Amino acid sequence: MKKELPNDRRKFILSMARGVGLSAMGALIWSAYVDEVKAAPLILRPPGALDEPDFLKTCIKCGLCVEACPYDTLILAQPGDNNPIGTPFFVPRDVPCYMCDDIPCVPVCPTGALVQDSVTSEIEGELTWDITKMDMGLAVVDAESCIAFWGIQCDACYRACPLMDVAISLQYDKNERTGKHAFLKPVVHADACTGCGLCERACVTKKAAIYVLPNEVALGEVGDHYIKGWDKADEARLKDAKGETTVTDRSNRSAVDSLNDAEDLY
Amino acid sequence: MAMERRDFLKSAAAASAASAIGMSIPTEAQAKADAAQSDWRWDKAACRFCGTGCGIMLATKDERIVAVKGDPAAPVNRGLNCIKGYFNAKIMYGADRLTQPLLRMNSKGEFDKKGKFAPVSWERAFDEMEVNIKKALKASGPEGVGVFASGQYTVMEGYAAQKMMKGGFRSNAIDPNARHCMASAVVGFYQTFGIDEPSGCYDDIELTDTIVSWGSNMAEMHPILWSRVTDRKLTDPDRVKVINMSTYRHRTSDLADIEIIFSPNTDLALWNYIAREIVYNNPESIDWDFVKKHIIFASQPVNIGYGLRRAGEKSLKDGKYTALEMETIDKEMQKVVSEKEAPALQPFGYKAGDVMKNNPGSLAHWEIEFDEYKKFLDPYTLDYVAEISKGDPNESIESFQAKLQTLADLYIEKGRKVVSFWTMGMNQHTRGTWVNTLSYNVHFLLNKQARPGSGAFSLTGQPSACGTAREVGTFCHRLPADMMVKNPKHRAITEKAWKIPDGTLNPVGNQHIMKIHRDIEDGVVKFAWVNVCNPYQDTASASHWIKAAREMDNFIVTSDGYPGISAKVSDLILPSAMIYEKWGAYGNAERRTQHWRQQVLPVGDAMSDTWQWIELSKRFTVKDVWGEQPLRGNKKLPDVIAKAKAMGYNEDTTMYEILFANERAKSYKVDLNDDIQAGYDDSESRGDSRNVVGSDGKVFKGYGFFIHKYLFEEYADFGRGHAHDLAPFDVYHKVRGLKWPVVDGKETQWRFNVKYDPYAAKANKDAGTNNSHAFYGKLAKALPHGDLKGVKDPAKKSLANKAKIFARPYMDPPEMPDKAYPLWLSTGRVLEHWHSGTMTMRVPELYRAVPEALCYMHPADAKGLGLKRGDLAWVDSRRGQVKARVETRGRNRPPQGLVFVPWFDEKVFINKVCLDATCPQSKQTDFKKCAVKVTKV
Repeated sequence: MKKELPNDRRKFILSMARGVGLSAMGALIWSAYVDEVKAAPLILRPPGALDEPDFLKTCIKCGLCVEACPYDTLILAQPGDNNPIGTPFFVPRDVPCYMCDDIPCVPVCPTGALVQDSVTSEIEGELTWDITKMDMGLAVVDAESCIAFWGIQCDACYRACPLMDVAISLQYDKNERTGKHAFLKPVVHADACTGCGLCERACVTKKAAIYVLPNEVALGEVGDHYIKGWDKADEARLKDAKGETTVTDRSNRSAVDSLNDAEDLY
Repeated sequence: MAMERRDFLKSAAAASAASAIGMSIPTEAQAKADAAQSDWRWDKAACRFCGTGCGIMLATKDERIVAVKGDPAAPVNRGLNCIKGYFNAKIMYGADRLTQPLLRMNSKGEFDKKGKFAPVSWERAFDEMEVNIKKALKASGPEGVGVFASGQYTVMEGYAAQKMMKGGFRSNAIDPNARHCMASAVVGFYQTFGIDEPSGCYDDIELTDTIVSWGSNMAEMHPILWSRVTDRKLTDPDRVKVINMSTYRHRTSDLADIEIIFSPNTDLALWNYIAREIVYNNPESIDWDFVKKHIIFASQPVNIGYGLRRAGEKSLKDGKYTALEMETIDKEMQKVVSEKEAPALQPFGYKAGDVMKNNPGSLAHWEIEFDEYKKFLDPYTLDYVAEISKGDPNESIESFQAKLQTLADLYIEKGRKVVSFWTMGMNQHTRGTWVNTLSYNVHFLLNKQARPGSGAFSLTGQPSACGTAREVGTFCHRLPADMMVKNPKHRAITEKAWKIPDGTLNPVGNQHIMKIHRDIEDGVVKFAWVNVCNPYQDTASASHWIKAAREMDNFIVTSDGYPGISAKVSDLILPSAMIYEKWGAYGNAERRTQHWRQQVLPVGDAMSDTWQWIELSKRFTVKDVWGEQPLRGNKKLPDVIAKAKAMGYNEDTTMYEILFANERAKSYKVDLNDDIQAGYDDSESRGDSRNVVGSDGKVFKGYGFFIHKYLFEEYADFGRGHAHDLAPFDVYHKVRGLKWPVVDGKETQWRFNVKYDPYAAKANKDAGTNNSHAFYGKLAKALPHGDLKGVKDPAKKSLANKAKIFARPYMDPPEMPDKAYPLWLSTGRVLEHWHSGTMTMRVPELYRAVPEALCYMHPADAKGLGLKRGDLAWVDSRRGQVKARVETRGRNRPPQGLVFVPWFDEKVFINKVCLDATCPQSKQTDFKKCAVKVTKV
């Protein structure tokens, strides 16, 4: 199964490794690097990657994870890729992460930019690779262009999902227009979705109607002042909660100042 | 009765409500205005793919189909489609479409079996076919000319092929891939009802309380029907129960209240367990009034083998099968009764360790009394059945028994309506006919058959397995409208309709699809023609048939749109017009016939299979085919040339003039003012702007008459007045299909039910009875009498208007896992791909979604074999091996001990591994079980 890397890629990896080590990049490439840092928020990193700022600091662009990937999923950013040069990433529509059971890209990382602990679990006293803990991004469904939302019996994404029924499940709704069919709509569960992109790859629309975004782009964030009353686990969010003074345009003056300001009252 | 009427009103109300909501029909003026502004044209058609039979609309622009939409007016799908139907507009435009005839030739331009394919003219192609057919006729008689036919033929194609083969060549060696698909269902219908095809219709889904799927992954294989099942479940989630019966977990379990994973082949025992629960533990649930009026009980021999090659056959004697292969094939002649099957076989006089000598499979059966049937059921206790049928080693016996009990209770519950759906799990089965009939047993005892919302219902795989293969009768043993080649009266009716001499038709119809392959390997069939199918990919023990095609003295022709495996192993390839490049009609699983018009001109020089058959008929005259012809076993067909002359033909009259361009045909006029024809191409009747150079080296200008209407109308006449009534050709171009029998312009929803089926009402009246049902089919409706083991009184008694309950035991399949090959292998399909993938693997989106077939297995089995998800593994049987990637998390989740590999991918050629055992009665191959080992590559 292990494929040889194409020659030009191998050469590039070697030259990148040397290049980075010797800081011998030319001005042109360097300027591309600067621009491409700004594009970084949309990049999907290998499994177990540190948060993007830490990852960029820690990754030495050695290409070992890329070499370890048996599916040629991971690629190293080249000038013009619109990504920080030399860093590993993947484009799920082209080649998704197949979520190898032994996650071979992670242990080869020499610097800890890919963190083993984040993708292992202790099972029966043994430290075991755990693909369900991967968290490369989050699949998002565009309900306008997803044909399952039209009533087409598609669900290619659902059947492609390696965590079927956990990361993507089907929601059944009646199709009132036909009176006798049901919608089988894919629903992504953010807590379980690993961002592998097998769904994006399988999607049959012209441009994928389900696609993976980095978590920080895809996800909103709920404030920690409200906890779900029906979900005990949600209390975990209280951990970092602290009382804060709130300020609005209405409240930004001191009470006394606003009380004394009665000019427009009558 | 009152109940049924209410149900009917409910369904009618639902339907009209739906149409009120969804089908806002623009005024005619608006429609015309819209049409004038657009540069595309919409016209209706049927989906190319499965037996569901969804209606679609096609948009044509600049001679290309550019878009498809579900037809909102189609009752089956109301504007929806599945993922394959969604791509109908793309299936004809793969970059490697076959556009001209290709012949294997040497450097001198001569045909050479070892040569490379090179383009030839249509004329040269027909020259080669003519020469090689004549050679085959000379060498082997009519049995030397074979056709691999199809459940994806249009009605007209199938009829043209059937007519030329049986009426022209006098060969019955024409058999469809539908043999692999629903032959067991057919024999089940014949034996039970005396007439083919389901009694119910899809409306049962909206009316039922219980959907039991037996060996049918409806969620992937009949997605639009599955969405109707889902809607039914949503409508009344507490009342409606869905049960999935399977040998492995698949997507149909998603919706199921109960999932029952059983060991392969034990569905026989499960059905008999339910029947035993009825008869022994809930006798009050039997509707004796119904049973006494409508049902008789029957038994048959059990030592009927497995449809494998029998000792003495030429290729066995010639040593073409290895010792490993013979380990399984030898069971065809005799087997040792196992401990597992012994209790079930005890009432038939067998015990464990007995040697059972197998006779060739036969359809023989005889009437028995209820007490005998009851005796037969005795072994199927919950303990015995649960023990032999529990399919998941990790499930507790208590849990499994509880599920079986619940299953039986749901069937039995008074007032609960039940539909049992099945597809290939019950049809592709070495006791496929048996298990089909066992389903009716349960429904009959409870009077839950042929009633709105209740019945056992065979779902068809292919789009026209019903419409063409079965109704037209493109099987080796059949003629149109349920007639049989072996019945002299049926032959006479057909000869009269075809205006061919009496005695022309061949009474021996035994060359079913496996037999054609085997006859090629034995050197009997010297010419074979592949039509609208891919028999060299879709047949088990594939290596044998490919080797025979490539290495023996024969001539194989494949007509196809794309270069698949069958084309690759052929000597001549003909480019075929694909689905919407020709006029056509399909018939779906609920007896719905749907027509469409030619939407576009075929790509390149491609021409339809109808045209190819008719052009071939021009090459054969009365003296070529109607003289005395030899058959095997020192039989012969008589010389009918003198009779032909008496009918006004002469020795040189061509089959074209007799079978296709006759007086009746010419009465169907080409008429550009005819509503149906106006504005549409008709490449066969009128030629077309491509000016294709035809079989005589001249530009083909058309037959000059409306060939499609002629073929359809002549064919339809066979069934009219015989409970197979089809509407007139023109009507089908105005409606969204009709469910036959169409009587007085009305379709039939529930056959055999006096309230809904005019034929049942008439049969009831003619018999002077006041029954609720009349099972009026006429085949095998007079039986001798006996006990479970045999006939005691050979005098045949009529069973007019009655159906049958059969005593058919659990038996082991011929090949089961053992030390050397420890795993079961089941094959099947995936939603994204159709059959061998010739069309869907060329749709980029579908190819990208599922580019390769995987080997689905249990994670523990994989681990035990040192395999990780994604590893390449060998799947090996006694017959061959393939490499496939292991998947332990996918859509299919087998229990430990079973692997599943889909067959669409020619690179994972799983039919090299499969066993060509068949149901000995239906001759349908069991693709669902053989023994394999899996090893790491």
